[in-house]
Amino acid sequence: MTAPLTPVLTAHWDEPDSFTMAGYRRAGGYQALPKALAMTPDDVIATVKNAVLRGRGGAGFPTGVKWSFIPQGDGKPHYLTVNADESEPGTCKDIPLMMATPHTLLEGIVVACYAIRASHAFIYVRGEVLHVVRRLQAAVAEAYEAGYLGKDILGSGFNLDVVVHAGAGAYICGEETALLTSLEGYRGLPRNRPPFPAVEGLYACPTVINNVESIASVPSIINEGADWFAGLGTEKSNGYGIFSLSGHVTKPGQYEAPLGITLRELLDLADGIRAGHRLKFWTPGGSSTPILTDEHLDVPLDFESVAAAGSLLGTRALQIFDETTCALRAALRWTEFYQHESCGKCTPCREGTYWMVRMIQRLENGNGTGEDLDKLLDIGDNIVGRAFCALGDAAPAPITSVIQYFRDEIMQHQKEGGCPFDPAASTLWADR
Amino acid sequence: MPFSDEALARLRADAADIVGRYPRARSALLPLLHLVQSEEGFVSDDGIKFCAEILGCTETEVTGVASFYTMYKDNPAGEYQVGVCTNTLCAIMGGDQIYAELVRHLGADPDDHDEHHAVVSADGKVGLERVECNAACDYAPVIMVNWEFFDNMTPDSAKRLVDDLRAGNAVQPTRGPSRLCTWKQASRILAGFGDGQADEGPSAGPASLVGLELAKANGWTAPEPTHNGGSE
Repeated sequence: MTAPLTPVLTAHWDEPDSFTMAGYRRAGGYQALPKALAMTPDDVIATVKNAVLRGRGGAGFPTGVKWSFIPQGDGKPHYLTVNADESEPGTCKDIPLMMATPHTLLEGIVVACYAIRASHAFIYVRGEVLHVVRRLQAAVAEAYEAGYLGKDILGSGFNLDVVVHAGAGAYICGEETALLTSLEGYRGLPRNRPPFPAVEGLYACPTVINNVESIASVPSIINEGADWFAGLGTEKSNGYGIFSLSGHVTKPGQYEAPLGITLRELLDLADGIRAGHRLKFWTPGGSSTPILTDEHLDVPLDFESVAAAGSLLGTRALQIFDETTCALRAALRWTEFYQHESCGKCTPCREGTYWMVRMIQRLENGNGTGEDLDKLLDIGDNIVGRAFCALGDAAPAPITSVIQYFRDEIMQHQKEGGCPFDPAASTLWADR
Repeated sequence: MPFSDEALARLRADAADIVGRYPRARSALLPLLHLVQSEEGFVSDDGIKFCAEILGCTETEVTGVASFYTMYKDNPAGEYQVGVCTNTLCAIMGGDQIYAELVRHLGADPDDHDEHHAVVSADGKVGLERVECNAACDYAPVIMVNWEFFDNMTPDSAKRLVDDLRAGNAVQPTRGPSRLCTWKQASRILAGFGDGQADEGPSAGPASLVGLELAKANGWTAPEPTHNGGSE
């Protein structure tokens, strides 16, 4: 019987020096690296493949399969780019991970680069987290000093350089092809696929882009074995993951558990919705995943079950809202976010998000009509699948799902000539 | 104002270091923009020109990149740049109220609100803007000052924070170094030049640890591997 919580990545975050080389080594760190270097690169890929580590950045693509797409013997340099641009609203797992244990990520990077035969890796970290940037820079310096980075790592003949690259404030750069364009020194515009980054990525060379949590999970797989990892979680969603609870819960924070835990179980662990209130709606994995309601408390939080419930597992960013919250206000703010962050390259996304914001504003102010709802759904339909990247596909999710579950509440705005909710009742200090 | 010879020599040495990190020089543009911002507090025309010279591209190309990213300011920022998260979760938890009260507190026009309206206090000490989700939702509502975390804020604690910044009192982020650095110093770290303060501050804040503490209290751990010796 597996315990409800299974701290692996978070297991040493409570130690005061967990972010240092000494702290990481004391916690058993850098033991996976010599093991991996004693294997062939293909065997490392096979191990991660057999573990079925699905990408932790939202899309859930199997990490080992991604690695195996890198052509070998092609004579071109290969690159690993870590997507540390964590910006999906609600998502707050990679930032505390890099603050508390940056070496877990670095050890994973060295193993991954050895596997895909890359000698240059980049950590593309969002710039708005200064102390995380400091911790990454310091960890990289320590790793060079200890011989885990640089030339002839641990006498293996394998060379690797790692660069910490701070972004400059653009959500779109969390999209993997936009990230590459940005890392090349340009505006962060997404690219059409194919060619996929595994064939033509950074500088048109084979490139793997992995989320922080995906790469940080690799040392545990090397240490404990693919079977161990695959034995956790559900049938098709293997392993453990960090679940981030935020909003109207008694104990918001990070809960590391096997995939497949339910919101009901997580809320029990977090001492429930804040006292005197009840669950109204929630996102399973960030603002790009359609909202769910109290009907969905028992949906296993794995890739398949959440998709079957009409949403997406995403980044396991569980933003919890109670009955004081206006669902339309939430949808409006998320839609404003997508409008602000749309890079403008694709017309449906650029224009569609602009007009959706104006229409939702009108509804929130009590001047909308039922026809606006149909028009919003129509605009949403015309963005999804008609933009280069996932930002466009995600942008209509908030309003579309709020219309699905709260149509009557939206129309209540029209009857009352404005929003029927008191925003003060939703605040952190409302009940104090 | 054009850079002095002394500043130019210093910036050129730093720029060479930055360019040397990348297989292709153009990749250095984002950190170079952070670098020129660390000199002047914003990306000026001179800063643009400097980046263009280093990379051998046009000033228009550099401007095109700088204008894409919200962290680069085209006007002098405050010495302390205060960003209130008003993305959905923080907004609902009180970020909207905090932002509105700070605008009034700084004596700015509350009706003059662009999407990401930025104001700088008359003394140039404090800039105020809305920011998007900063990946600290379990600490909502969150304020960032010079990109350091100030967790679980209220309107009152936010106003005290801004008052301390204006008065020049030492301010400590919730999860960060023991003392807040200036906007220019922060930009220099982002360009890749650390300030040696990575060891300060906690490994993790309280919300980051709730799951771990619960697991420890109940003796819950990840299962032991069933070792069959070696890797497969």
